[in-house]
Amino acid sequence: MSAAMDTESTYSGYSHYSGHSKKAHRQGRDRHKSPRSKDGSRSEKSVTIQTPPAEPLLGNDASRAEEGQDDNWGETTTAITGTSEHSISQEDIARISKDLEDSVGLDCKRYLGLTVAAVLGLLVFLTPIAFILLPQILWRDDLEPCGTVCEGLFISVAFKLLILLIGTWALFFRQPKADIPRVFVFRALLLVLIFLFVFSYWLFYGVRILDSKDTNYQGIVQYAVSLVDALLFIHYLAIVLLELRQLQPMFTVKVVRSTDGESRYYSLGHLSIQRAALVVLENYYKDFTVYNPALLTASKSRAAKHMAGLKVYNVDGPGNNASGQSRAMIAAAARRRDSSHNELYYEEADHERRVKKRRARLVVAVEEAFTHIKRLQAEEQQKAPGEMMDPREAAQAIFPSMARALQKYLRTTRQQQYHSMESILQHLSFCITNNMTPKAFLERYLNPGPTLQYDRDRWFSKQWTLVSEEAVTSGLQDGIVFVLKCLDFSLVVNVKKIPFIKLSEEFIDPKSHKFVLRLQSETSV
Amino acid sequence: SYFIFFSFQQRIEIHKLRQGDNLILGFSIGGGIDQDPAQNPFSEDKTDKGIYVTRVTEGGPAEVAGLQIGDKIMQVNGWDMTMVTHDQARKRLTKRNEEVVRLLVTRQSLQKAVQQSMMS
Repeated sequence: MSAAMDTESTYSGYSHYSGHSKKAHRQGRDRHKSPRSKDGSRSEKSVTIQTPPAEPLLGNDASRAEEGQDDNWGETTTAITGTSEHSISQEDIARISKDLEDSVGLDCKRYLGLTVAAVLGLLVFLTPIAFILLPQILWRDDLEPCGTVCEGLFISVAFKLLILLIGTWALFFRQPKADIPRVFVFRALLLVLIFLFVFSYWLFYGVRILDSKDTNYQGIVQYAVSLVDALLFIHYLAIVLLELRQLQPMFTVKVVRSTDGESRYYSLGHLSIQRAALVVLENYYKDFTVYNPALLTASKSRAAKHMAGLKVYNVDGPGNNASGQSRAMIAAAARRRDSSHNELYYEEADHERRVKKRRARLVVAVEEAFTHIKRLQAEEQQKAPGEMMDPREAAQAIFPSMARALQKYLRTTRQQQYHSMESILQHLSFCITNNMTPKAFLERYLNPGPTLQYDRDRWFSKQWTLVSEEAVTSGLQDGIVFVLKCLDFSLVVNVKKIPFIKLSEEFIDPKSHKFVLRLQSETSV
Repeated sequence: SYFIFFSFQQRIEIHKLRQGDNLILGFSIGGGIDQDPAQNPFSEDKTDKGIYVTRVTEGGPAEVAGLQIGDKIMQVNGWDMTMVTHDQARKRLTKRNEEVVRLLVTRQSLQKAVQQSMMS
């Protein structure tokens, strides 16, 4: 590993790097990386300059005071926010305590439900076998001999139980992928139904067969067969209620993220609100671009500027007319001829231009870097064993030539927090291994991707709360609105029913397509 | 003042002019029941499939007789021209044995209000 680091240092031109200091420094930074990244946009920033051992090319970002100093970048700055190295913000405390209490409560509930279902399932499975075996054990001598029909029924019971076992395994034994607030209504109902059903069978068996020691063994076996048949039908009912009914799309939901308005539409069937929330969240991670708090600072500063220039003086004496004051401020702000729209327009145009320029430089740098690498064919591999590199080494060899352009681009688009140098190197070696073109390598960096693409630490959204005015186990209806909140933002979900479509048919005879010329002649006479 | 838009009928007698082997009248016609009435620039009602005068040659017999561009030809020598095809209309106008054709035409005209002309 350090050999590779040394190789990089000679190529990169940042010659004062050394492998050891880089590693130590990175560990030190990771320790307080997460709180700082949250605080980056809010607390005061102080920049201290420390002596050489420098840092990884990427990651020293949110703490910079000005964006304009891109050129000084990779040099020797370290930034520390807050007052001590071990500071933790108020939000982190809230988050940690929330994590602790939630994990204990929900896990208990989940495991309780699972154990109840498992016990019930085992009981149900063993019941027919017990029905058949108990007479043999208890009063074997009195039983009538089992004829052909009866033995045939044994086979039938065996296979039906096997089918039931496979079906139950396929339907129910799946890894739970989520923790939901309330019990699934249909599943609970089914469990209760099965329990009552089996209980009543046992009751009948106990009273009419065990007590009276019925000798008609064939009848007993047929009784067991009827139980297994009924269980198969309950299994069918379970499939229809739990799986099939939700497949046909009945509702369209619109999901809007509260911070930047990004929205998507999904089709859902008859689901309860909590299951619909689950579907929405599963799709959120793959469809929505990742939440980037750095992109929101511009609008916040604009909003602050709007109200900042006005002050209210109360000349009529004491008296705190707060609502009157704020209304006066709003009216004055509306009347004021500010040119903030102009600023926004030029700022955005400028930003666009800058991004495009940096992007062009980046694309050129990456294309050039990729031309330095050539894949060796099998025959050639024996000829020059000394110069061969594996993908990781090749990536490290060409990375420095594109590092600066990539770094600048990521900072301009404010994505630098999402990509560490290690992840970039890994992606580069992955692309080299799979013969990807420079454009394929860049696809990940040019546009922000869905949340799943990034490291889990950067997600900002792992714990969700469902906020709803209706009970979360009730079904979806037209016009329902519920909100999925996480700490930093929320998703507002609006449910609309798919309209009833009246479709009629019209038959057109293929021979009925006839045309005529539109004439307009003029004749001289 | 205001304009009154009305139509009146006029009888026009054209003496054909001999040019070589042909007798010409000196105007062009458009329209007919086999034509597209929507493209007629002179008709007031765009479903009117009648025969209209689309051009009048200068100094020709038609101009001399008083035929104007935009006139709708209702009859030619007593033959009705309101429900004929373009070719039938052409034939009725260019019969070789007729030297004179008497047309009944309808013309639309704008006229300023009588009130104003009385005052001027």
